[in-house]
Amino acid sequence: MEQNNRLINLENISKEFDGTVVLSDINLYIRKNEFLTLLGPSGCGKTTTLRIIGGFEYPTTGRVIFDGKDITADPPYKRRVNTVFQKYALFPHLNVADNIAFGLKIAKMPKKDITQKVGKMLELVNLQGYEKRSVESLSGGQQQRVAIARALVNEPEVLLLDEPLGALDLKLRKGMQLELKRMQQALGITFVFVTHDQEEALTMSDTIVIMKDGRIRQIGTPKHIYDEPKDAFIANFIGESNIIRGTMPKDEVVHFCGMDFTCVDFGFEKDEPVDVLIRPEDIHIVGTDASQLTGVVRSVLFKGVHYEMIIDAGGFNWKVHSTVMAPEGSRVGLSIVPFNIHVMRLQKDALPEEAAP
Amino acid sequence: MMGMNMPQWGVWAMALGLGVFLVMLFSSVRRHHGVHRSLFSWPYSLWMIVFTVIPLFLVAYYAFTNKAGQFTMENFANFWDSNREMKMQLSGMGFDPAAMGMGARGTVNVDTLVYSLWMAFLCTIICFAVGYPAALFMADRDFKLGPILIVLFIIPMWMNFLLRTIAWMSLLEDNGLINTLLQQFGFKKLKLMYNSEAVLLGMVYNYLPFMVFPIYNALSRQDKKLSEAAMDLGANKVRTFARVTFPLSLPGIVSGITMVFMPSVTTFFIPRVLGGGNTEMFGDLIERTFLTADNWNVGSALSLIMMLLILLSITLLRKVDPEGEGGSLL
Amino acid sequence: MTKFFKRFYLVLVLLFLYLPIAVLIVQSFNAGISRAKWEGFSFRWYEELFSSPTIMQALYVTLTIALLASIISTILGTLAAIGIHAMKKRPQAAMMTLTNIPMTMPDIVTGISLMLLFIFTQVDRGYFTMLIAHITFDTPYVILSVLPKLREMNRFSYEAALDLGATPGYALWHVILPAVRPGVVTGALLAFTLSLDDFTISYFTTSPLVQNLSTLIYSEARKGIKPTMNSLSALMFVTLLVLLLAVNYRSSKAEQAK
Repeated sequence: MEQNNRLINLENISKEFDGTVVLSDINLYIRKNEFLTLLGPSGCGKTTTLRIIGGFEYPTTGRVIFDGKDITADPPYKRRVNTVFQKYALFPHLNVADNIAFGLKIAKMPKKDITQKVGKMLELVNLQGYEKRSVESLSGGQQQRVAIARALVNEPEVLLLDEPLGALDLKLRKGMQLELKRMQQALGITFVFVTHDQEEALTMSDTIVIMKDGRIRQIGTPKHIYDEPKDAFIANFIGESNIIRGTMPKDEVVHFCGMDFTCVDFGFEKDEPVDVLIRPEDIHIVGTDASQLTGVVRSVLFKGVHYEMIIDAGGFNWKVHSTVMAPEGSRVGLSIVPFNIHVMRLQKDALPEEAAP
Repeated sequence: MMGMNMPQWGVWAMALGLGVFLVMLFSSVRRHHGVHRSLFSWPYSLWMIVFTVIPLFLVAYYAFTNKAGQFTMENFANFWDSNREMKMQLSGMGFDPAAMGMGARGTVNVDTLVYSLWMAFLCTIICFAVGYPAALFMADRDFKLGPILIVLFIIPMWMNFLLRTIAWMSLLEDNGLINTLLQQFGFKKLKLMYNSEAVLLGMVYNYLPFMVFPIYNALSRQDKKLSEAAMDLGANKVRTFARVTFPLSLPGIVSGITMVFMPSVTTFFIPRVLGGGNTEMFGDLIERTFLTADNWNVGSALSLIMMLLILLSITLLRKVDPEGEGGSLL
Repeated sequence: MTKFFKRFYLVLVLLFLYLPIAVLIVQSFNAGISRAKWEGFSFRWYEELFSSPTIMQALYVTLTIALLASIISTILGTLAAIGIHAMKKRPQAAMMTLTNIPMTMPDIVTGISLMLLFIFTQVDRGYFTMLIAHITFDTPYVILSVLPKLREMNRFSYEAALDLGATPGYALWHVILPAVRPGVVTGALLAFTLSLDDFTISYFTTSPLVQNLSTLIYSEARKGIKPTMNSLSALMFVTLLVLLLAVNYRSSKAEQAK
């Protein structure tokens, strides 16, 4: 990656609140025009990371570099970034137009230009004619659009979004996901998006940063993270998965459920214990004669596009997605192609976690 | 006239306050790389340290020192035995106080305290007994006038409480309105003023709204569906009240009791006006000890005792209503 | 029947509350000096009231102190509330304790402790010390009126303003203040009336040379009350009533506007 393409660099950032470590040793760069998502369960430090970029928190150690300049100590109003806040934080005493114009007025822009820019922004977010409306009279989705317009009108180089879709219902959320992606591409600016919703992250992002317990666990494109999760936590967090303990007797062979399977992974020590990930849609139901594993169907759920079946085979309850249904109680065979068997090194911190009740 | 080494105390205390203030200010600026909103409260903190915390330390200082500024518990002993100082003077002059019939413990201070607590207790009980039904009737949803009437309860409190109390004088006096009316109908004059009953009347009159308002608040905030649900489950009106309405109004009751009991114990004007000199209460005693007897040390000790009592009763009441959600005036 | 009983009871209690006030107002128009005998209607005591330099001076002291104390404590308290609201848990708890001390302290102890402070620091008691005392007991009430409004506010409003380029001062003035304005107004009104009504704390923090109405009434009450006091209380009562009704009218109109 060329150095000059990096707009924001977080260098060795850590953050403590009253002695509790919430971020440790965060190193991350964000490229120009990139849609980057910080993804993780609540309390993983994703919002704190965003707030450090925005200038609302200051890191305990480390530096924030913006366009080659150290901005670690700059207050929010001196940074060329704008934020869309959780629950929008619109100013209730101002109408839609005044909310959007807030930043422009501070910048002392001429009135004519303000009106014109506000109009343009309302067009961008599909709220033409709402200028004089009170923000409290708007629906959640509309407030969301005003919040986005209020941030974007200042033409920031980076837009920070802190779980902006969390308060919307499912259908609106899907619509806004597409719209946000469209805006980001149309405006050509960098979006840093925080969410705990893996599906949202997969849909919109160019890059996903997975965080847990104040650390970055994996950085990659959605496809890369889905296909090659680094460990069981990430595999579980992104998409649905079957994760089973196994060993690596040798390269490209993995042993689980009492059998050896051919796989494509290598570079492990002999008989190293590993986590094996197989996605539910990668398990094929075949006749019992042609299969690698045989088992009994325990339950069947219709999920709209596919059936979700729990199949007890080889001492493990496999979650299988298939468009073909096998009736409950029937004996079926399962087959997995080597390419879809994904072997992961054990997480260092996974063992005590699993030992806990 | 107070101890000569006193100023050092004050200077030290103020220096300490200022030091703490500066250290916190500095660390706040450092930690936040600039202005943090919590800085907005520093002027207030400084103000409160100088005008609330330090004065309280002064009270404590006087309570635990004698006139020469030395540490002593004597002031509290003087509270327990009001004749103590006189007896010590007598024995200092070579007399035996016991032989002169003055050996007994002077109980004036303790008696006054007990009397104040008793009066405050009675006042609180009466205010509750009178105020609860009033609040209950006004909080009834079907009673459209309720919200207006509750304002009528508050309005008298907006009038200077001394004037309100004095107004009772013109009713209760020997030649006051009540006695004039009695005489006109051929009855004998009654002695209505300058007794405990008159003081109690004045206290109830002044503090009744403090009881009614929080209870009204708690009751009117109650979801009507709750009592409807109770009735639906077979409870009659009395049971519904006893099992649902009343328990749910407890926070209001607690805050009402606090707001009546506290000023009642410490009241010092009402007994003087309506009770004459016959009914001294603890507030009067403190004021008299400071301003008439000019004894700041004993006066401070009395103030500390009073504060302790107040803190104790608040802690007890907080146990009943941990959230303190009784609601307050306005 | 029960309905009648309930209303009858309420009327009785209200009668108890208003009887002395009514008597007082009637007496203020009594031409004679006697409190029991009606000697005809007159404005005599009102005339005497306005021609009494002592009372007028006390009225001036009361009103200016109430005004200054409510203004200063509103500024001090609003800033403090904003600061306290932004604090982390522990310092916030400490500040709330500091705020609760003067509210739970008996007035008489507040008054006496301040008196000790002024004597100790050799500040002559008078107008200035009374003003300080009033600010001291007013400010916590302002804080407690403003804090709930801050809690209702979106947590991120202030940060949103900074994010859009506002300096902390600008954000305070243009974002936080408009949102908490009702609480600030309530706090200011509360401070004003508390200050107007205070006797105990004023009594200990002023000198006999600078009297407000309360301390004046107190010293008069010892000598026997003059009927001018009746006219004064009647006037104050009516003024406050009008003020209160105006505020209520305004707030109910504001409610309707929503």
